[in-house]
Amino acid sequence: MNGGNGIAIDVKGLTKSFGGREVVHDLSMQVKRGSIYGFLGPNGSGKTTTIRILCGLLTPDSGEGTCLGYDIRRDAEKIKRQVGYMTQRFSLYQDLSVRENLEFVARLYGLADARGAARDMIKRLGLSGREEQLAGELSGGWKQRLALGACTLPSPKLLLLDEPTAGVDPKARRDFWNEIHALAADGLTVLVSTHYMDEAERCHEIAYIAYGHLLAHGTVEEVIAKSALTTYTVTGEDLNGLPGALTGKPGVDMVAPFGTSLHVSGRDVAALEASIAPWREKSTLHWQKSAPSLEDVFIELMSRSTDNFQ
Amino acid sequence: MSAVDHPTPLHEIRERFGFLRRSYAMLIKEFIQLRRDRVSFAMIVMLPVMQLLLFGYAINTTPHRLPSAVLLQEDSDLARSILKALENTAYFRFLYEVHDVDDFDNLLKSGKVLFGVEIPRGFERAVRRGDRPALLVAADATDPVAASSAIGSLGMVVQTALKHDLYIGDPPEMPFEIRAHARYNPAAASSLNIVPGLVGTILTMTMLIFTALSVTREVERGTMESLLSMPIKPVEVMFGKIIPYVLVGFVQAFLIISIGVFLFGVPVLGNLFLLALLSTLFITTNLSIGYTISTLVQNQLQAMQMSMMFFLPSILLSGFMFPFAGMPAWAQFVGEALPLTHYLRIVRAIMLKGATMQNLRFDALALAALMLIAMTIAVTRFRRTLD
Repeated sequence: MNGGNGIAIDVKGLTKSFGGREVVHDLSMQVKRGSIYGFLGPNGSGKTTTIRILCGLLTPDSGEGTCLGYDIRRDAEKIKRQVGYMTQRFSLYQDLSVRENLEFVARLYGLADARGAARDMIKRLGLSGREEQLAGELSGGWKQRLALGACTLPSPKLLLLDEPTAGVDPKARRDFWNEIHALAADGLTVLVSTHYMDEAERCHEIAYIAYGHLLAHGTVEEVIAKSALTTYTVTGEDLNGLPGALTGKPGVDMVAPFGTSLHVSGRDVAALEASIAPWREKSTLHWQKSAPSLEDVFIELMSRSTDNFQ
Repeated sequence: MSAVDHPTPLHEIRERFGFLRRSYAMLIKEFIQLRRDRVSFAMIVMLPVMQLLLFGYAINTTPHRLPSAVLLQEDSDLARSILKALENTAYFRFLYEVHDVDDFDNLLKSGKVLFGVEIPRGFERAVRRGDRPALLVAADATDPVAASSAIGSLGMVVQTALKHDLYIGDPPEMPFEIRAHARYNPAAASSLNIVPGLVGTILTMTMLIFTALSVTREVERGTMESLLSMPIKPVEVMFGKIIPYVLVGFVQAFLIISIGVFLFGVPVLGNLFLLALLSTLFITTNLSIGYTISTLVQNQLQAMQMSMMFFLPSILLSGFMFPFAGMPAWAQFVGEALPLTHYLRIVRAIMLKGATMQNLRFDALALAALMLIAMTIAVTRFRRTLD
């Protein structure tokens, strides 16, 4: 039933177009069971579409694969029983209370004791005392918690979370990630899309997707290593004029301010160093060669993909 | 508070009766949502009551003090006495007294008066001789309901009034003949027809709109995405969304028929249980059609427009407004495809004629067929994916 090889998601060559525009292009990926897989990419890069294909909400134009060992084209109904999908927009019933929403989900999945299951989940979510509150009246963080509770209620084997932490405060975000790690420790596979770099670094593996193309994947270290990017961190008093002066110079692929410092990166080390040489002399500036951050890598990937696909 | 310490106790999942369970889950959800939507909930009661009272009274109440004219060709005591009697009924208010036929006709034609009473020359003498002369009452029957009640009262009222007239004494029969001409519309409709017809019309309108919005509402609120990602089948969604409103429709039908019987005195000659049964069938048919609409449209505005597109022919071609038999063949053909047509026959026949299931077989079957067609379209049209 599950392919037995420890792979939860195994898809090849997924392609999907809307109105002649290719949203997902020839996407292949593998997600190990029990792992947390981060899905990164700019807005409109095809993350949501890919997730919807995986849970049977969209049929791919071409490509094939399995999700929990079930064929994504033929067995959508079986996949739905074992997958919890948390949509980007809050999609529980706003005019139903916390308890009623959970009982609805429990009944739909055929849980023998829907009321009991809902009661347990309310306790687990820390929503005791709010069970009769309407879902629409909860704060953003509680809504997101409730949504996660609703999709884990039927004990799924795979969770698909589409930007679950968008618009949620840092404390709630941290609690949320602790919970996801706990669920993964119990053997649940989690695929989560996000914009946040710190969240990407909390994933076992990540994939970067832009304009429908999968550009990089692997562990965070692998992705950084594969980028072959050289980064200099510049600190000093007079940084304001520097980005304008450096941008466009040979070998300088990216200049990005990070707080009081500036990251200058390029793939061609020799050209980069030649270009920055005049400014390295300056006593007011301090140059240090450093490993690129994940964000550097992604911004570089993004600017490169813009050149290629737009 | 976190899942770290308390992993979910695995709840047993039952596979048996999955269809019923999932439909039930949907049904409960719809009920709660309906209950919470106070405006909609109030409308369930207010809409039929308001419509019935407005329509019912506007149509049923016998109008009083209708503007009238008299064509007096003889100024006798008897003529004066008859006019007085007519005015005493409070149905008529004599605004004009003319002596020329052309003036009389013009008053009626221009709509200045709805009634004209013509007392011919030599009327009193003819009455005394026992010739039973004619007293002509001309009515503007473009508004048949207004005219018919007044006309209906004429004979009795005049006779009663004259009983006490010294000139006539107490004759065993009418001393003169009242000849009523319903001008412009000789066949005045019976107002008893209206209340049973309203049952069907009100139900069509409310039921259609309730379900026509149900699927699009989920799409627009974004809840459809999560609903589709759960293991529920289109048929289950449909039943879950239709059944709560069957009850709502039943309550409405009960309200309308009760008001019709107790306030407007419409009889129920047939079997009340049969009426309830076939009304439920009609309600379900309309809900299915509304649900079908909601699977065909993109948003709630389109759903409302499409409901109206269905509602208008229902009113015009079902026999509610115009007699079905009088419509051209193509219109009758369209009418046969509308549930309201069949229900009007059913409800009128049961309430007014005491019809039995035997008489209504065809119309009941037609309703069931329309319901099944609508449900089939709805289930096949329901999009299981977001493609």
